[in-house]
Amino acid sequence: MTQEPEGMTLIVKSIGRLVINFIMLFGIYIILYGHLSPGGGFPGGVIVATAFILLMLSFGRKTALRKFGDTTASLLDNFAALSFLTIGFLGLIGGYFFLNFIDRGIPFQLFSAGTIPLANIAIGLKVSACLYAVFVALAIFGKVLAGPEQDGVGPAEEKPTDSGEHRR
Amino acid sequence: MLVLISLLVFINLGAIIAIESKYLLSTVISIGAVGFGLSIVFLLLGAPDLAITQVVVEILILIILIRGTVTLDNTAIEKYRDTFAMVISLIFFGMFLTFAYMAFKALPEFGHPLMRVSREYLQHGVEKTGATNIVMSIILDYRAYDTLGEATVLFTAILGAFVVLRRKGRKKIGEKDTTKVGIPGEF
Amino acid sequence: MIVYLLCSFLFVLGLYCLVAKKNIIKKIIGIITMEYSVNLFLVLVGYRARGIAPILSKGADKAEFIAKSVDPLPQALVLTAIVIGLGTIALMVAICIRLYERYGTFDMTEIRRLRG
Repeated sequence: MTQEPEGMTLIVKSIGRLVINFIMLFGIYIILYGHLSPGGGFPGGVIVATAFILLMLSFGRKTALRKFGDTTASLLDNFAALSFLTIGFLGLIGGYFFLNFIDRGIPFQLFSAGTIPLANIAIGLKVSACLYAVFVALAIFGKVLAGPEQDGVGPAEEKPTDSGEHRR
Repeated sequence: MLVLISLLVFINLGAIIAIESKYLLSTVISIGAVGFGLSIVFLLLGAPDLAITQVVVEILILIILIRGTVTLDNTAIEKYRDTFAMVISLIFFGMFLTFAYMAFKALPEFGHPLMRVSREYLQHGVEKTGATNIVMSIILDYRAYDTLGEATVLFTAILGAFVVLRRKGRKKIGEKDTTKVGIPGEF
Repeated sequence: MIVYLLCSFLFVLGLYCLVAKKNIIKKIIGIITMEYSVNLFLVLVGYRARGIAPILSKGADKAEFIAKSVDPLPQALVLTAIVIGLGTIALMVAICIRLYERYGTFDMTEIRRLRG
């Protein structure tokens, strides 16, 4: 597995280099315009995660992990969850949980609807970081299974009989 | 209406093929066809938010299933059939469909929803929240507490996946705790 | 009525796959099918005949919008449920990969036999 080049062929890499930016831009657009048009934090976050997954599939995991590491994803996930909770608790200033405390503004404007765009951004970050991280975990583990000779850390080393002792 | 029914029949056929296929790769591809058909149905039913989400989530489900499992083992040939489970589930088929038919007669007719709560949302949603997408105003303003709970469920599911998948977190009893917790670079 | 029946048939198909099939991936497929049918049923209940999407467009008449829009509440519930479904599927696939590493197969009966 070491003599093979990282990632897929040159065609996939060239197309991916062109397309990934646009996919990410589309995801960010979907997140930001969620209160005006179809979309919002949930689909936009999944689209951003898809862009990173395309990066990982086409360029190999080392490049992807250098650009957007797993620890970063984990931290971003926690930060986004905390910020969504913070938006909820800031509503307590005005009276109750998840109060829309910012001025509503004029409808059909980008900066309107109070806390809804902020919550959209938080949800989008959370979903994208979550899904990217779980894909990193799944893909790396599948790779280790497919090539057991890699670094000697394969499933062949771990016997089914004694692996019960490893767990506490 | 005809388009809707034919799409639903397409979805059911795709599900049957996915269930009965011998190879896991064709199973996964058939479930992809089911999901994309479902997104077109959502679009026809006046739910563009759901259509976008369904398409993207379906792509991610396909990637996860193929990358995670199908590369390991492709065949799903069963050595013998469990007739007991088949008979029980066929009996359940009939009972479920009968009771579902009786319950559907009590529902409001298709195409005429009740909308007691939703009328309020539609009437005052734009003035009270400022968002012109009423679905988003329900998710993040009227029922934001639900969304917080669902975000927690997502967090818990992903956390469970990490705990199941990670390799470095397992140590013997006397071993010192040196590895970092989370998703390490190599598993 | 026939639309509801087709939707519940999809649910029953998923349940059959969950009960009768031995392969774990097939069981996951059954769960996915059931989840789709439940989402579809919730959206179908909120559909209004010749309805429009619950998104107010610029310069649209408010009274006409209220009279013609479909029910937004089930859509709001389903939108989060789809993404949650993705998370639970990832969890199930993770458990399947662990089982494959331990037993070398996806077959439920083989796993049970090796255990005993």
